[in-house]
Amino acid sequence: MTARRLLTRGNIGLALLVVLLLAMPNLASAFFVNFVLTQTMMLGVAAATIVFLARYGGMVSLAQFLLVGVAGFMFGNAALEGGARGLNLGLNPWLAVVFAIAVTTTVAFVLGALASRTTGLYFLMLTLVYAVIGFFVFAQIVELSGPGGITSIQRPDLMGPPVRLYYVGVGLSVLVYLGFRALGRTTFGLTLQGVRDDPIRMASLGFNVPMHRTLAFTLAGFVAGLSGVLHVWWNGQIDPASIAIGPSLILLIMAVIGGISYFEGAWLGAFVYVLAFTYLRDLPLIDRIGITEARFNTVIGAVVLLIMVLSPEGLAGIAARVRRRVRRPGSVAPTAPAGGPSSAA
Amino acid sequence: MTATLQRAPAGSTRRRRTELRRLPVWAVAAAAVAAAVWVVFFADGTPAGAAVANPGNFVVTLLDAVTFAGLLFVAASGFTLIFGLMRTVNMAHGSLFLLAAYVAIRVQEAMVGRSRNIDASDVGLLDWVVPMLVGATVAAVLGLVIQQVFLQWNEGQELRQALITLAITVVLADQMLREFGGLAGRMVWPGAVTHFFSIMGERYALTRVFMLGVAVLVGVLLWLWLNKTSLGMVIRAGVDDRQMVRGLGINIKRVFAVTFFVGSFLAGLGGVLGASFAGVAPGTDGDWLLNALVVVIIGGLGSIKGAVAGSLLYGTVVAFAPAYLPSQYSFYAIIVTFALLAMVLAVRPYGLFGRPA
Repeated sequence: MTARRLLTRGNIGLALLVVLLLAMPNLASAFFVNFVLTQTMMLGVAAATIVFLARYGGMVSLAQFLLVGVAGFMFGNAALEGGARGLNLGLNPWLAVVFAIAVTTTVAFVLGALASRTTGLYFLMLTLVYAVIGFFVFAQIVELSGPGGITSIQRPDLMGPPVRLYYVGVGLSVLVYLGFRALGRTTFGLTLQGVRDDPIRMASLGFNVPMHRTLAFTLAGFVAGLSGVLHVWWNGQIDPASIAIGPSLILLIMAVIGGISYFEGAWLGAFVYVLAFTYLRDLPLIDRIGITEARFNTVIGAVVLLIMVLSPEGLAGIAARVRRRVRRPGSVAPTAPAGGPSSAA
Repeated sequence: MTATLQRAPAGSTRRRRTELRRLPVWAVAAAAVAAAVWVVFFADGTPAGAAVANPGNFVVTLLDAVTFAGLLFVAASGFTLIFGLMRTVNMAHGSLFLLAAYVAIRVQEAMVGRSRNIDASDVGLLDWVVPMLVGATVAAVLGLVIQQVFLQWNEGQELRQALITLAITVVLADQMLREFGGLAGRMVWPGAVTHFFSIMGERYALTRVFMLGVAVLVGVLLWLWLNKTSLGMVIRAGVDDRQMVRGLGINIKRVFAVTFFVGSFLAGLGGVLGASFAGVAPGTDGDWLLNALVVVIIGGLGSIKGAVAGSLLYGTVVAFAPAYLPSQYSFYAIIVTFALLAMVLAVRPYGLFGRPA
């Protein structure tokens, strides 16, 4: 009973949020919509793939931003025809999207297969190595990009006005959010969660453990690729520095700020990050206490440190805990739902 | 090894499965042999040339590989030591590396009395050794503080610890940028070792051999400490079974603190060597965290033996790939590093000397 009512309430909330987001272009300034919110949607989708892998698979990946970048580079390589760098395939932009997504998914499959026998910290470190090697691949191989990156990438005419990009971002976010949540109740999703909790038992029950991990990573790569195509449309250019170790860490930081075992947390974390990144410098008197634009990373690092020290479940986790305490005062709040990676570790 | 043991009683299905499992081993062996044959006989048109035709270049590349491996070992050994005992992945390892380098550069500048254009002839051996020890000690103290404040109370929550050290890395990198600026800095080798010697008709820098010597010294001291002292024995026992060590009444918190101190000290030593070898700049911390990670992923986390093996393998690839790839493909050297990683993981998912956590 309660569960059903809660679910409905959650759904109503989601629907209201979507309506609000769709109405945003009429309510807020163009800058807020096209810069802050569009970026939130794109980064949120990418961060959601981290949450997906962490929550269902128990794998914390630092390679997701690399896959975002692979999609961007591949779109640039495929769509341009006369640039100074890259393959210059000169494909139709929509064909280029298919090409970019296909390459990204393949890369994710190979990387996932290679990492499928490792878990936990080994997986984290291995994906960090992926991210850095990926950076060097694009920085050094001039046939793909070279250090300067690929510039003046046009998005398809249909996507001309920036606000359409925003709508696509919202649509993709809703699809990804609902899709990932629904996936948790499918056979594949349940098996994946079984693999997360006890790989040995799942293997002895006859499930192919590495295969499930590989497929999960491939799916996450596919979704990250979608986000990457949006990102390169929005940005118009991509260079290796934008997928270096720093941005990869920032994507994980977004997932951590929001709460790495909550899908809502991905977008929440992205929103908080983009908001802070955009408006922190405008706060009155903020430079008096030594926080200037140049010291932004210290602030972000300190915030993450604080969150990790206080609660490894992030903002969404804190919110859930507060909600539980308000609803049932006196009762002891249970720990992370569905065994988040932090409790599984 | 296990495969041969299983073969005798195994039925045909089992044998086929064993053979299938050995497939990656054969593939990796074939790839390694092919690479060696290429380097020795066929590598014409590469920057270095085939080894039979051009032995001087081969020896130089080999020396490059071994000396760089020495630096890799110093940088990675602290990381693997900390992980082996505490299961803590210290993502701040690169930051400690960079901090020690910056501090050592400052101290050397103060000792020589000049802040730029320090000539090697002005630098005595002490002007290099003292900054190294000061820098490494600063890194070690900071590492100890990090462990005591942030890592001691959440022991066993591996992921949380990794993320905490990641956040510390972000803060430290930004603060170091503020304090030391964005320009590249460099330690100057002592003048006594800054010259060239000739080998097989090629000139080679003595400083690289000196670096290897320091690395070997560090390795030997580490080995003696771990194998010949009682504290080292406790640490090795802790790597095998922490609970048992605790149960025997040993104060493992103190052992943890000492290990973190030593691990961070080793990171600092690596930083000073790295700063003398190639200089440091913002971003070097990430590069060296990566190098340490590659070494321990190849060699196996928590194993000093693995760190040696991983350093040698990775150092070999780093030195040989640019020299022995055809000239127009030298840019692809990074792919070879990735291939090495892939091959090792295909055969041993936990590294050459590693085992599941």
